[in-house]
Amino acid sequence: MSRIPVIRVEDVLIATVIEDVTDSDAVALQSELGHQLEARGAKGVLIDLSVVGIVDSFLGRVLAVVATMSRLLGAPTVIAGIQPAVAVTLVELGVRLTGVRTALTSDAGMRMLREGRVGRHVGRR
Amino acid sequence: MSAVAEVIPLAREEDIVTARQRAREISRELGFGAVDQSRIATAVSELARNVLRYAGGAPGDVRIRALDGPSPERVGVEVVVHDEGPGIPDVHAALRDGYTSSGGLGLGLPGARRLMDELTIDTAMGRGTTVTMRKWRR
Repeated sequence: MSRIPVIRVEDVLIATVIEDVTDSDAVALQSELGHQLEARGAKGVLIDLSVVGIVDSFLGRVLAVVATMSRLLGAPTVIAGIQPAVAVTLVELGVRLTGVRTALTSDAGMRMLREGRVGRHVGRR
Repeated sequence: MSAVAEVIPLAREEDIVTARQRAREISRELGFGAVDQSRIATAVSELARNVLRYAGGAPGDVRIRALDGPSPERVGVEVVVHDEGPGIPDVHAALRDGYTSSGGLGLGLPGARRLMDELTIDTAMGRGTTVTMRKWRR
């Protein structure tokens, strides 16, 4: 059972990654989002990272996979609240979040998804 | 802070979380800034995972200690990640971006080297692996 619940608000799947996220938690989140997208679809996926102070290559890869998977299933992903120190570390580490849209806050991310400002950019790559 | 190393055993997946969180806390206590705390903790996370992924269940641990530099303001942190696993067959390959034998991103060792100031690897087939990393406070 995942320690990261996925909730649905206004047809957007929302998950808040916990501070002490394990590799298994991350994989369980990926699979839960996959199941929900397959079963019911969604307008988008919003992943809040605001309490996560350390993102390593494993979690980074899971986030990239989630973003790609959700895009293929018609629901763009927005990652919200990446801490500045985490952003710097990810770049230096070499993790590329290709195709992932970001927002400063979950509130802003929700607005992007609700107004459809994410999907327009996502197929462009 | 004493120079006695704090030892975090690596046996289960949760230990990766413990190791990276302790690395961050110790770096913070040593006066490292937020970005350096993140760099150090992330490097620890990468190498701790390598132990669980590649050491084949052999014992491993992370040791973190403060380093005294040549001057009082020159403070550093040293992280030693050790395992009794099979050793790394090709260290030069393992330090290249994208080299992986597990289907991962292959960023563990090269990524950790970029995040830290110094990284040395001592490994031999059948004798385990010890990675020593240091970072100095700016």
